[in-house]
Amino acid sequence: MEKYRLSVNGKMQEVTAPADMPLLWVIRDLLSLKGTKFGCGQALCGACTVHVDGVATRSCSLPVSAVGDRAVTTIEGLSPTGDHPLQQAWEAHVVPQCGYCQSGQLMNAAALLAENPRPSESEIEAAMAGNLCRCGTYNRIKDAILTASSQS
Amino acid sequence: MIPKLPFFSKKEPIDKSRVYLPDRREFLKISSLIGGGFLLGVNFQCAGPKGETRTFAPNAYLRIASDNTVTIIAHRSEMGTGIRTTLPMVLADELGADWKAVRIEQAVGDEATYGDQNTDGSYSIRMFFEPMRRAGATARHMLRQAAAEQWDLDVSGCDTRDGMVIHESSGQQIPFGDLVERLQQLSIPEEESLTLRSLSDYTLVGKDVPIYDIQEITQGKARFGADLDLPGQQIAVILRSPVVGATIRSYNEEKALQVPGVTQVIKIAGNGLHPGLNKPLEGLAVLADHTWAAMKGREALEVDWDLGDNWDYQCATQMEAMIASTQQEGRLRREKGSVKTAFAGGGKAFENTYRAPYYAHATIEPPAALADYKDDGSIVIWAPTQHPQWARDSVAEALDMDVSRVTVHVTLLGGGFGRKSKPDFVVEAALLSKAIQKPVRVQWTREDDLHHDFYHSHSAQRIKAQLDGSGKLVAWNHHTVFPAIGGTSNAEELHPSDGEMGLGCTDFPYDVPNIRIESHEARAHTRVGWLRSVSNIHHAFAICTMLDEIAEDQRMDPVDYVLSLLGEDRKLSFAEEMKGSYPNYGEAIEEYPWDTARMKAVIRRVAAEAGWEEAINQGKTLGFAAHKSFLTYVACIVEVAEDASGNLIIPEVHYAVDCGIPVNTDRIRSQFEGGAQFATSLALSSAIRFENGQVIQNNFDGYQIIRMPEAPKKIYTHIIESTEKPTGVGEPPVPPFIPALCNALYKLKGKRIYELPIKEGFA
Ligand code: FES
Ligand code: FES
Repeated sequence: MEKYRLSVNGKMQEVTAPADMPLLWVIRDLLSLKGTKFGCGQALCGACTVHVDGVATRSCSLPVSAVGDRAVTTIEGLSPTGDHPLQQAWEAHVVPQCGYCQSGQLMNAAALLAENPRPSESEIEAAMAGNLCRCGTYNRIKDAILTASSQS
Repeated sequence: MIPKLPFFSKKEPIDKSRVYLPDRREFLKISSLIGGGFLLGVNFQCAGPKGETRTFAPNAYLRIASDNTVTIIAHRSEMGTGIRTTLPMVLADELGADWKAVRIEQAVGDEATYGDQNTDGSYSIRMFFEPMRRAGATARHMLRQAAAEQWDLDVSGCDTRDGMVIHESSGQQIPFGDLVERLQQLSIPEEESLTLRSLSDYTLVGKDVPIYDIQEITQGKARFGADLDLPGQQIAVILRSPVVGATIRSYNEEKALQVPGVTQVIKIAGNGLHPGLNKPLEGLAVLADHTWAAMKGREALEVDWDLGDNWDYQCATQMEAMIASTQQEGRLRREKGSVKTAFAGGGKAFENTYRAPYYAHATIEPPAALADYKDDGSIVIWAPTQHPQWARDSVAEALDMDVSRVTVHVTLLGGGFGRKSKPDFVVEAALLSKAIQKPVRVQWTREDDLHHDFYHSHSAQRIKAQLDGSGKLVAWNHHTVFPAIGGTSNAEELHPSDGEMGLGCTDFPYDVPNIRIESHEARAHTRVGWLRSVSNIHHAFAICTMLDEIAEDQRMDPVDYVLSLLGEDRKLSFAEEMKGSYPNYGEAIEEYPWDTARMKAVIRRVAAEAGWEEAINQGKTLGFAAHKSFLTYVACIVEVAEDASGNLIIPEVHYAVDCGIPVNTDRIRSQFEGGAQFATSLALSSAIRFENGQVIQNNFDGYQIIRMPEAPKKIYTHIIESTEKPTGVGEPPVPPFIPALCNALYKLKGKRIYELPIKEGFA
């Protein structure tokens, strides 16, 4: 067990954890931020996606000891008021079905738009390929990203 | 214990509902609704076989508070269909409530209070649409009456809208909340005096209504099965029997206990070779302060397993045996005329064998449940369950306690598809919490989920069809074989039940003079369950691709061919021909007959919307299929193409659906969009295989579901306007999509598809 100081959603947090504990479980179990989800634990589904210094990262596969002083942002920190352009577009298109994958989808999409504000459809598909949705919301996710990108 | 499933047995349809004023004691029981206001309860009553009223239980509550909020209890589980929004919406619309002022609360699992809560079988809308309307109409009637008294005006001039009672001619209006006191003095109106709004009068029903939880979801605030913490809780990760029926000979927990954070290891006894649908598998639970420690602790366990009878089960070997069995005479399940005579009559014959694999549900949320066993011997549970009452009963049975001491709270479900109606994971949490007298959350991993699911069965089918000299289809002989759901509880159940046969096989609707449908024996060597549309998946695959093949041989357009095979407009009951019962998804066949006219209408609609003929003339490769399931009529056209690098793409999908009165059109479309994507996975990439009794796929790399680039690019859902009784849409999109895709691929590649998933490289 070691002590780590982490910047999460703009706040410095101190946690005691084994060095190999994935950031996902630090976020969920130690910091009680439940918006980031567990789906596979192997970087295969994207449900656990957060931003690490703005880069979409699978938190299930990043040990806490490797985070360092990089800034972690979770879905709770995407927008203080919950009205990030993507969150608004998600509402307009009523994207979610069960909703479980959607935190990861939104975080991944937000990182995409930060890097490429006007992605083409095929760029969206390629960038979002790591985020599974079993309910089948892919079409609406794509439409919502296009809507958000056209408004920026 | 098998729950009442619409495909196992007749459901008791709700034929009446009664609205009443709950007394104070009952009022207090619904603790979340405390806070004053006007409360209405609704009984949904079922009729027994002789027409007598069988159950009498208050099922839904509605509260109108003085601050104008209207609270409606949602008693069905939300797993992504939108039902938690759609049923309250029906009540609110009939009531004339202001939808923005409506609060929805989730009911606990309680049969005595809420009646049947099993959210399965696409029947929430079918069963509860009318009762919800009546509940709303009752409250509306009382509101009008209260306002009329207050104003001393005639009640007939009063109506409700946007949370107000309005008197048109005098221009008076009053918010619901101001009438609470008066409402409490009124008695419930006679049912005969109620008038329901006409469909055209609705402002929510028949429209696109967003889901209630949308902002909670997009802001990461929605709470799923693993999202609640209790003080002092332990997290459990369980090592389960790798083969169904395996038992623990001995184990060593020392290394697991050395993992920092791990507190103890507890054995859970399994149910042997009859695993059952509601029992845990044999296993060792590692309890820890947090999830990661429990996972690491599990890795460190040393276990000597007695693998039991299934140690050498190979699904590939069973598949060959099943295929061979279809060559024999099987158990007769439906017969009309004599296929034997027709086969002897000569003409062209078609004979094909179809295979489909085991499928796992693979909800992105793996099973998880939190249980809190209390000092007073009661237990409170939070779980993403489709069937809270069965969870409650199963926990009571496993802990040998009275069911009244078990409370099951339903969280949001991160997908269900049938998996989360089985309460094995809930029972695990309950057993462990009782054992350590602390709250325990059981967390399944993806590997657990894929290794220990209740799978959709693998299947083999052989269909022989015969045309006479003039090309008319005169004989249809369908053999089907797959380990049945019943085999999970009783290994001696070797044939599919009448219910499973009635899912797209014995209810073959086409006008063919000689029909013979047979089933064959197959033993369950794993836990078999139901997955979104159940045996309709493989039955529709075989039937609809076979018909396409015959149409092509007859140089007929497949759409025209299927229309002509449906024959005259008729209402089918299959009665005399069934060699057993035909559950008809739990509904009386007279009420919900197989209506060929409705099927023809969806077929014509989809062909028109997809521009079927023009598209084919333009050289596009399209496939068509139509299939009714869960009393909903669906036709589907799928277009396929290859991109520049030779990858399969699905540019466009068109569905036409007749689900009776369309209730929430946005959620109907979302179910079809999702159904098409779910079915794309089943058709193209998913398969569970068993070697030596164990599942060899471990995670999403082995068990593949489609990703965004593989998803159909555009999915259009064309909803038939209808005044027929509404039916569900969760499952019906899946069955016809797969054969429509196969038929399109045939046009693209010139090769027929007889096996799912479609072989890699084929596309
Ligand atoms: S849980 Fe991290 S990618 Fe699936
Ligand atoms: S919305 Fe259910 S998994 Fe994506």
